[in-house]
Amino acid sequence: MSPRVDCQSASVDCKELATHIRRHVLKMTHRARSSHVGSSLSIADLLAVLYRRILRIDPAHPQWPERDRFILSKGHGAAAVYAALAELGFFPVDELDTFYQNGSALAGHITHAGVPGVEASTGSLGHGLSMGCGMALAGKQDARDYRVFVLLSDGECDEGSTWESALFAPHHHLDNLAVIVDYNKIQSLDRVENTLTLEPFAQKWTAFGWSVREIEGHDLGEIEATLRALPFEKGRPSCIIAHTTKGKGVSFMEDSVFWHYQAPNTEDLRRALQELEAIA
Amino acid sequence: MRTAFIRALVELADSDERINLVVGDLGYKVVEPFGERFPQRFVNAGVAEQDMTGIAAGMALCGKVVFTYSIANFPTLRCLEQVRNDVCYHHADVKIVSVGGGLGYGALGMTHHATEDIAVMRALPSMTVVAPGDPIEAELATRAIVEESGPAYLRLGKSGEPRVHGSRVSFRLGQAIRVCEGADITLIATGVMLWNTVQAAERLARGGIQARVLSMHTIKPLDEAAVLAAARETAGIATIEEHGVIGGLGSAVAEVLAESSELRVPFKRLGIPSAVGTLIGSQEYLRNAYSLSVDGLLNSLHSVLIPRIAHRVYVSAAGA
Repeated sequence: MSPRVDCQSASVDCKELATHIRRHVLKMTHRARSSHVGSSLSIADLLAVLYRRILRIDPAHPQWPERDRFILSKGHGAAAVYAALAELGFFPVDELDTFYQNGSALAGHITHAGVPGVEASTGSLGHGLSMGCGMALAGKQDARDYRVFVLLSDGECDEGSTWESALFAPHHHLDNLAVIVDYNKIQSLDRVENTLTLEPFAQKWTAFGWSVREIEGHDLGEIEATLRALPFEKGRPSCIIAHTTKGKGVSFMEDSVFWHYQAPNTEDLRRALQELEAIA
Repeated sequence: MRTAFIRALVELADSDERINLVVGDLGYKVVEPFGERFPQRFVNAGVAEQDMTGIAAGMALCGKVVFTYSIANFPTLRCLEQVRNDVCYHHADVKIVSVGGGLGYGALGMTHHATEDIAVMRALPSMTVVAPGDPIEAELATRAIVEESGPAYLRLGKSGEPRVHGSRVSFRLGQAIRVCEGADITLIATGVMLWNTVQAAERLARGGIQARVLSMHTIKPLDEAAVLAAARETAGIATIEEHGVIGGLGSAVAEVLAESSELRVPFKRLGIPSAVGTLIGSQEYLRNAYSLSVDGLLNSLHSVLIPRIAHRVYVSAAGA
């Protein structure tokens, strides 16, 4: 097995999907004048690898019982997941235009109702990991080999419920469960370190009984190699702390609290798309 | 009641492999029969009700029927948002069981008095709310909520509740059981107040007032037809519940009466007054204090409801 070669070839189609996701996210948040563009750009590379290379899913059969389950626990990053699902063919790309609009299925926080491919509705933080634990436990009980992936924000690690689940999963040896933390180090009002320090972050997960790896969350090759190595240890849930940059891919949005809530205006959108074009 | 519940659940789980029980580190000497018989389908989530509820929802989304179990307010209020979002929004097949609904844990203090749970759970979309009136109803309610797919809240008493029914009572969700016949007034009881209500009705009968007693075990969906029939056919209605007077059975019945334009019937909610409960004591002691004992119920009925209907009761008795 030669994961390096595998990942290099993977990088091409993942990079393409990541760029598509970013382009959609910018257009969607611009059109909707909605928040969370930075949070959505932050996870574009993680999602691209997951959806293109890792998740065992079938867009034609979204309820396939053997499918891997992906939960976006940071529900405010919905635009990026909707974009990935549309690009994969779960629903028409045109539908992304309805994001945030009256009568749309595509709520600002990820919702399952009427959206094929979405496993769980979230938006209030600290819910996704519990549901993921339940899905992983059910999988073990039924001797199914599907896996469960839960993408957390760093901010939602302030929630006590996240740590209730962090205790639960190792106790029950849920090695079919993987947490990915989008550790972009900025939350709603301020930087994580100025709000509630998470460090030593990896050690916390380790101490709770998780098998932990830290990665560069925008390195497509590293993301894929890491996800392909799951579970990191038999009998333990895996935690990937992905060091990311909020607003990644658009220079003037990167690493800025401002772009947690700010929606791109017409000029912002033009400049952002131009930048994406240049690196594509 | 909790024993009747667990016995029914074990029987159900024998023939239905989807059934799981997830507890929040409570249920000592209650839940063991399930855990011993189905170790793979029994989970103690620890003292972590939010996680317990989210886990249950996740399992349900993978095809399981999951009972969560704890006492007093822990499986409802502590994890209310998980109940709302994870369970109700996903229409997950999760059945929330609370033991000690009302004042069952009276001496343990205010934290253990479940006195707003019906109101809160009733307000949640797609949530069925059931408070069985005796051990027989508890068993039948357990079976009924499994048959009906989707979220349900089962509010149980604790232990030692007297049996009101013979074993052959007909039980359907959303359908009140007429426990006593009477044409003068209607007493609508839910949950653990059923026994005292029946006792009060018998005492009223001795005084010449025939009370219809309804066991309103399902508060949502409410048996509106039974409420309207009571309003048409009897001269007054009282609701009786071991729950705050705001938002529970009394409010549910009042909503039906208020929206029925043609009916004007004297009506009284009997329950726990809306004030922070600083009283400590046994369930019996607290029932006395809140006028929910048999004597207390009779006093309330005689002082606030019966005077308003005396004329109609008299006419009805004379006409009979």
